[in-house]
Amino acid sequence: MSWKIWSLKKSPWVFHVNVGACNNCDIEIVNCLTPKFDIERFGIKLVGSPRHADALLVTGVGTRQAIIRLREVYRQTSKPCVVFLVGACPCGTGIFYNGYHVEGPVDKIIKEIDPNAIIAYVPGCPPKPEAIISGVVKALSAL
Amino acid sequence: MNEVLRNLLWLIVFPGFLFTIIAGLLASWIVRKVSALVQWRVGPPIYQPFVDVMKLMGKEILIPEQAQQKIFIMAPVAGFAGVLLLSTMLWRTALAPGAPFVGDVIVAIYLMVIPSLALILGSSASASPHATVGTSREMKLVMSYELSLVLAFIVVIIKSGGQLNLAAIAQQTTVFSISGFLAFLAALLSVQAKLGFVPFDMAEAETELGGGVLMEYSGALLAIWKLVQAMLLVALPLFLVMVFLGGFGTNILAGIGKYVLVLVLLILIKNTNPRVRIDQAMKFFWVYCGIAMVVAILLAITGDYYGINWL
Repeated sequence: MSWKIWSLKKSPWVFHVNVGACNNCDIEIVNCLTPKFDIERFGIKLVGSPRHADALLVTGVGTRQAIIRLREVYRQTSKPCVVFLVGACPCGTGIFYNGYHVEGPVDKIIKEIDPNAIIAYVPGCPPKPEAIISGVVKALSAL
Repeated sequence: MNEVLRNLLWLIVFPGFLFTIIAGLLASWIVRKVSALVQWRVGPPIYQPFVDVMKLMGKEILIPEQAQQKIFIMAPVAGFAGVLLLSTMLWRTALAPGAPFVGDVIVAIYLMVIPSLALILGSSASASPHATVGTSREMKLVMSYELSLVLAFIVVIIKSGGQLNLAAIAQQTTVFSISGFLAFLAALLSVQAKLGFVPFDMAEAETELGGGVLMEYSGALLAIWKLVQAMLLVALPLFLVMVFLGGFGTNILAGIGKYVLVLVLLILIKNTNPRVRIDQAMKFFWVYCGIAMVVAILLAITGDYYGINWL
């Protein structure tokens, strides 16, 4: 394993992108930062700019308005990077299936820009913090 | 030839490059760990800052299309050079006060401004609206804290009988007097602002500007900025120890204890305060710290004139 991949696994910085979520998954993500779960133990940190990020944490169904911004944010992220789809909505549009405002699912949109993108799915409505942490671990061990 | 080699060794290995980077990354681990403990969390492992820098070194460097490329790339290097010189000078004075060149307070004040100036240059070259707001805040912040910092050093210079030499100033413990204590408090808060710690982190403001001045930096350039911040974390508290707390003297352990004390004070201030607005920060430094420093200077002059040491 090269030092680049090893260090990426030990310190993934995360940028949170909301593309039309109901805020439930966002609350569960913030939950991961609380003293009970404390993902800073593993070097995971929320950052404010996609330029600093190693992982995009996407929540929400991918509405027509937001998906333009998602494409832009994915292009601005410095590679190599991982995309996490948190919740039922980005994984497969959930209860908004065939909605008039839905452009998703999000993985299709990301694959259109970059066919080799590494995408991890964490289903659930909302997923538990344990599920999110387990998804992060599995995605990083696949690198 | 021998002399040249020894000077290079000073700059590159022991108190300079390698040593300051390792000590700085350890100090930034202390910052994260103590913050985590204050918030009742476990916190990151001890190698975390090293891995962060390593990871950033291996990532892609993105340069915005409309950025001034040369300035954007050179700015972190310039800041790095400034803080490297500062820290080498300080450690050399702390560990070998009798050496021929030991530098004075004025040089240190100049070198301390270089990282902030480089940050302003680099972020204003990055053509990002968020970074522009961060730049304007950083400029105002530099103008406000420099006043109280310089006034605090004037108090020390008066107390030490007009000495500008760092080694001579480090001979005495200025903090054990009324004016010295006031000056130490003002300098501590100015250093807090210089390090970009909460309550004075409005230039970076992760939750509000998304990284502010560092917004557009990625990969190795961001890693250099992280190293600059880590090295400032070594140099600035060490400078306070030299100027106010009597330096290292003969006992190295006591010196390190003083350094950790100042560092933990800074971390506790960081963890118990909210971010202030830029106008509140300017008012704080110019009006409150300014008045306190004028009082301290008057006390120091009176004490010097009548020979009363505790004033």
